[in-house]
Amino acid sequence: MLAYILRRILATLPVMGIVVVFVFLLVRIAPGDPAAIIAGDYATPETIQKIRVGLGLDKPIHIQFQIYVMNLIRGDLGRSLHSQLPVRQLIQQRLEPTAALAVSTLTFAVCLAIPLGILAAWKAGSFIDRAVMVFAVGGFSIPAFWLGFLLIYTFSVKLDLLPVQGYVSFRQGFLPFIQHLILPTLTLGLIYMALLARIARASVLEVLQSDYIRTANAKGVRPISVLFVHALKNAAVPVVTTIGVGFALLIGGVVITESVFALPGLGRLTVDAVLQRDYSIIQGVTLIFSFVYALVNLLVDLSYTLFDPRIRY
Amino acid sequence: MKRRAVFAMLACLLVGMLLAYSGRAAAQTVRAVMQAEVTYLDPHWTTADITQVHGYLVYDTLFAMDEHGNPQPQMVDTYRLSADRLIYTFTLRDGLKWHDGKPVRSADVVASLKRWAVNDAAGQKLMARTASLEAVNDKTFVLKLKEPYGLTIRALGKEYSYVPFILPERQAVQGLSKPFEGEVIGSGPFMFAANEWVPGAKSVYVKFKDYVPRKEPASYYAGGKRVNVERVEFLVIPDQSTAVAALDKGEVDFLDRPQMDQWPLLRKNANVGMYRADISQMQLHPNHLVPPFNNVKARQALMLMVNQQDYLRAIIGDPANWRTCYSFLGCKGWLETEAGADLLKKQDLEKAKQLLAEAGYKGEKIVVMAPSDRPTYNAAAMTTAAMLRKLGVNVDLQAMDWGTLTSRRPIKDPPSKNPAGWHIFHTATGYAGIKDPWGHANVSTACDKAWFGWPCSPRASKALEELGDLNPGTEAFKKTLTEYHTALMENIPYVPLGETFLYAAYRKDRLSNIIETPHTVFWNLVKK
Repeated sequence: MLAYILRRILATLPVMGIVVVFVFLLVRIAPGDPAAIIAGDYATPETIQKIRVGLGLDKPIHIQFQIYVMNLIRGDLGRSLHSQLPVRQLIQQRLEPTAALAVSTLTFAVCLAIPLGILAAWKAGSFIDRAVMVFAVGGFSIPAFWLGFLLIYTFSVKLDLLPVQGYVSFRQGFLPFIQHLILPTLTLGLIYMALLARIARASVLEVLQSDYIRTANAKGVRPISVLFVHALKNAAVPVVTTIGVGFALLIGGVVITESVFALPGLGRLTVDAVLQRDYSIIQGVTLIFSFVYALVNLLVDLSYTLFDPRIRY
Repeated sequence: MKRRAVFAMLACLLVGMLLAYSGRAAAQTVRAVMQAEVTYLDPHWTTADITQVHGYLVYDTLFAMDEHGNPQPQMVDTYRLSADRLIYTFTLRDGLKWHDGKPVRSADVVASLKRWAVNDAAGQKLMARTASLEAVNDKTFVLKLKEPYGLTIRALGKEYSYVPFILPERQAVQGLSKPFEGEVIGSGPFMFAANEWVPGAKSVYVKFKDYVPRKEPASYYAGGKRVNVERVEFLVIPDQSTAVAALDKGEVDFLDRPQMDQWPLLRKNANVGMYRADISQMQLHPNHLVPPFNNVKARQALMLMVNQQDYLRAIIGDPANWRTCYSFLGCKGWLETEAGADLLKKQDLEKAKQLLAEAGYKGEKIVVMAPSDRPTYNAAAMTTAAMLRKLGVNVDLQAMDWGTLTSRRPIKDPPSKNPAGWHIFHTATGYAGIKDPWGHANVSTACDKAWFGWPCSPRASKALEELGDLNPGTEAFKKTLTEYHTALMENIPYVPLGETFLYAAYRKDRLSNIIETPHTVFWNLVKK
């Protein structure tokens, strides 16, 4: 197992290398000039050029890449072109809100989606099954920003139960931390839940046709044990795979949710960096996300051994 | 039974948490959603308006504009001008301190002015006429001119980018290819809380308790800067609907520039007050270096094509929020004149077509850049494209974001030679800029050294220089102003599209005594 983990980690290195080169070139090929954005609307071309030189953006691209890679090897993600703060510091500042939103969304979605999927599979063809599937299709189709606005209007503006926006760290109080996370989690979680519920239903439905399930039922095992002990365990692999693949969906959804609810997370940091052409931040955040995505996929693969003892690495 | 009891307790806890919610801001903290995020902290390095707002809180200036548009001493206590109008001697006020407790000295002022003048148009004009600028002692410094310059004090009291903020000498001597290094230490009424700064999310300003305000009442950017709150927090809320909802719920106290589609909603709210924070002149900038607009007849065609009311309806809509104005220098301001504006006042599409043909236009593509992330500029671009098509022009309307536009507009090549070339873009300038042609880059007619579009009119440039040395209100001033504006109307550096009003919104049940300036200042205001 350890050898497998090490092999997988080593295998991510060439992937990260490709990401580094690709993102470095892509941001520089795209139209836009960070020096012009920094200088502002009323600056003259001479002022813009001065800023360009000061930031090292006038250097040949291969020199810029060399500097970037040498810094990266030392663990230095560089400095924001705009704020001049270290990219690492900016990412650290923004990590907690995104992590909190991602974990709460994942927890909420998984805790609700899997029982819903199982219920739909168990009652396949019934009204409950149809209702769960309508919910799944609807949840996947509803735009996240629209849902966010609807929740703000209902729970914040009209009912005055929850805050409209913002993030409060759990260090400043658990209660305000939770209160500020509820609506963003519902917004993002619904979409994730819709996807997981469908996959859970399909997977469990297939397993429920198996001989051993028929045997368990014939032996008089309680339905809840049949579903959660026998069926779910065998249906878990596709569901866990979807959780891992859906992580990319989560990252995309986080950007929108953070904008609607003004959460100061990595999603917004990325969007702002793209609009401002802050190359250092774009490169740094993309690298981090790529690494995290590779790690999530590794964890998903490793988790298969928990559900299927036949799988060994 | 036990399971039910546990679920019941969890449900009660959840309800309790919801009911316990109270998002109201602390009493002595003002939470504001500003027009942009504070990303750049060096006000001499960037023209970004939000950095100037940051500057007004953290730094101070030698002079500042009052509500009548006249520069008043701010850091300066007294000053005198020699009889030959060549030597200014300034003395600083008592009690001026940096946020680290050290006293403000003339050396700080001298270094700051020299740094500010490197990039600033008004500063460059001043320094071009300066023989020397030196500190005599810690409180006195002397500016010696090569020739009399009537705009000296006005330049030192410039209210918009780049504002001549005074920095500590150790930062003011640093170059401008990068922002200054070191902590943000100013001598203004607020201190910047660097440890709480999250670029793109939040910046915090704390009252500077050792600040000594002037004795006069506050007047625009001038007068006594008395701070009545403990903290000001700038929060970034990217979505306008969310920001308006946050104002409604009291989670924020102030919205700097709500978007126009939110204005009706804000006006309906009994707890919300709005005031006109600024007036913006919308502008259509042709590329003077590229055919057909290198021919003045083509630019005249643009003038005749424009009906300001059509543009303003497309950009803003409700006539209560705009006004037509046929002056480059703003309406109802101290430089208002419509000399030479006949072409702009009455639309004539047939004449416009004729002039375009006379300018040699033969149907080649005209590139109009449309920044889709700037709603007002985008609306102006769409209107221009539609109007040009009515003239039979082959329009290439290119959608892009503002970042791309700013990277393309320095390109002088025609689109036929360079795909990134352009013919027309749109922008706007705040009122402070349009009534200050000496410092306003957009109206420069300095040819190669002019702003994007590169208008060239030695006649207008000369008249502007002469105007700066004359006393307002005199016959000579009026005559030269007429000459200047006529020259502008004949050269057409850009086409003025009228003036739009920009608003700020605030909780009127909490905030009062707000000074209504384009760059919002948070002194004087009181929070209940």
